[in-house]
Amino acid sequence: MSRTSDEEGGSPERDEASADEQAQFSALLEDSAEDLYERAPCGYLSTQLDGRIAKVNTTLLDWLGYEPGELVGHKHFSDLLTVGGRLYHETHFAPLLRMQGEISGIALELKAANGARLPVLVTSTVKTSSDGQPLLIRTTVFDARDRRAYETELLRARQQAEEERARLQRLNTTLQKTLLPPALANVPGLDVSAHYHIASTDEVGGDFYDLFPLAAGTWGLFLGDVCGKGAMAAAVTSLARYTLRAAAVYDPDPAAVLDNLNTVLNHEYNGTDPRFCTVVFGLLTPDHDEGGFRVTLASGGHPPALLMRADGTADYLTTPGGQLIGVLPDVDIATTTVRLAPGDTLLLHTDGLTEAHINSDAEDGERYGDDALLDFADALAPTTASDTISAIRDLLDKLGSGVDDDTAVLAIHVPQPPSDEHQ
Amino acid sequence: MDVRSRNHVTVTGRTGGPVVMLAHGFGCDQNMWRLVVPALERDFTVVLFDHVGAGHSDLSAWSPEHYSTLDRYADDVLEICRELALGPVTFVGHSVSAMMGVLAAARAPEAFAGLVLLAPSPCFIDDPESGYRGGFSAEDIDELLESLEANYLGWSGAMAPVIMGNPERPELGQELTNSFCRTDPDIARVFARVTFLSDNRADLPAVDVPTLIAQCSSDAIAPPEVGAFVHAQIQGSQLVTLNATGHCPQLAAPEETTAAITAFAGAAR
Repeated sequence: MSRTSDEEGGSPERDEASADEQAQFSALLEDSAEDLYERAPCGYLSTQLDGRIAKVNTTLLDWLGYEPGELVGHKHFSDLLTVGGRLYHETHFAPLLRMQGEISGIALELKAANGARLPVLVTSTVKTSSDGQPLLIRTTVFDARDRRAYETELLRARQQAEEERARLQRLNTTLQKTLLPPALANVPGLDVSAHYHIASTDEVGGDFYDLFPLAAGTWGLFLGDVCGKGAMAAAVTSLARYTLRAAAVYDPDPAAVLDNLNTVLNHEYNGTDPRFCTVVFGLLTPDHDEGGFRVTLASGGHPPALLMRADGTADYLTTPGGQLIGVLPDVDIATTTVRLAPGDTLLLHTDGLTEAHINSDAEDGERYGDDALLDFADALAPTTASDTISAIRDLLDKLGSGVDDDTAVLAIHVPQPPSDEHQ
Repeated sequence: MDVRSRNHVTVTGRTGGPVVMLAHGFGCDQNMWRLVVPALERDFTVVLFDHVGAGHSDLSAWSPEHYSTLDRYADDVLEICRELALGPVTFVGHSVSAMMGVLAAARAPEAFAGLVLLAPSPCFIDDPESGYRGGFSAEDIDELLESLEANYLGWSGAMAPVIMGNPERPELGQELTNSFCRTDPDIARVFARVTFLSDNRADLPAVDVPTLIAQCSSDAIAPPEVGAFVHAQIQGSQLVTLNATGHCPQLAAPEETTAAITAFAGAAR
């Protein structure tokens, strides 16, 4: 049937054929406006502005099991709703209909004469007079039994997904805790404190730290960051942590400890799935001659430690040239040795802090940065381990959602001898 | 936090005129008043606001812990009054907001020239022991929550930042469909519980400011006997029954509602 209108108009026989066709259609449809209204495949309802039912079609009466006389003039539309639906109608449906002149696709339940409930989708429009005054409300009602069953299923699936997510978050939080020491070791003559900030409970982060005794009054400490997140990162974190502790017993020289970790990571994760981390390892020994402690730090690609001195100054302890651990078979590790005098505080951190977005709204906005952290430390010094950690926690709170990676911080402080306190 | 943006406070009308503060109920936002505001603006300074969690309020200020009682909403009303410093206001509270006005007026009567309780109900749930009929059972409220769940009315998590990031209300013609009643489903659920499960009957006698109770002649949510109860509990209160039907006379019969507010607020100043 791709005739153009020109062709149609050009042939009287064809006009006749077309008229025949139309007559056939009409006979087939047996249609009148009245029948279209009464027996439409949806419910029709006209109500006055106060909701009183003025007209209702046969389809809806059949669905609900009412006689016309039972509804028209006697009941309001909201009388057909469940009580909860009536509340919804009064607080949402009716106000929106008044303000917008129409509202569509609202899911409600109608009560049939026998008490059965019929899930429906309701659309209403306000008929207005020529001068814009509202006259009456026209409503169509669609049977939504199948659709509502489907929606209920979707809703149930969503609730289940939310429950699963909460369960996963609890699991992640628990797993994270097992990767950290439950409490830091008590080192005689040192004040120590640490904090682990979880950026998101959706995935386990890869930051780690520890502080533990070695032979003859010496202590080992480390803080690192495994590349990546999730279960694989957690496995590497666990491996790194026990390797570092074992390696430190075998040979406590900090560069040797990291060299051994490098060998283990290369061995375990060779080939197509290399795993690497940045880490700083320190060996603490009491300085019996001058007081305080000596600390030798070895860094494998990790952000430098911060020294906050008793005199109120602060500096990074740079270890230039230290390479990532786990990438190359032979790795360059940089070390530095510093004396922690009474009143000094050493801070180790992971880059979750310095990489935090200052403006949490911006996706690629400005980062907090090393300079800001140095200024922060400079303002804080002289300080103690616990004060440092509490100030860092406040800072993390302030940065809020801008901190999008996990952050670990470990602070050690040599307290002033008691006799010096009054000076 | 800036109270004005937290509650999306708008002040219009006659500068220096007596102050009428309009508080919307559960469901929509300050747009509920748009048919009565033009007439009120001629005589009064009109203060409009959205409850925290509704309309264009700062959604980040909402938390289920803080906004699980009407007291917090009443505190917000008093904070807005203090912030604006316009002197005593005639507070018009629709539906659940009527009880916020009752609580606020009991706490700081000096902030109020009068209260208009529009279609109020101090307790929606029946209490057979005392013979009080609020009209609903606790199960009915669960049904309402189901209706809320089934109808997010165009709200989606993806839309929330757009709404929050655009505090200047666009022209009404550009409003998205259903935006007056768009609410975060989590917030709507908590507010529905606060609205329909609170019992403030014992707070009514503490009201000591001129009070007008305006109820509708046929209201499925706040039936006439509830209005009569409120009237009996607040000493010296006036009760009027509007011809308007339904629960929202400010939409169904704006002229009649405006006249009732104007007559009362004009006399209360």
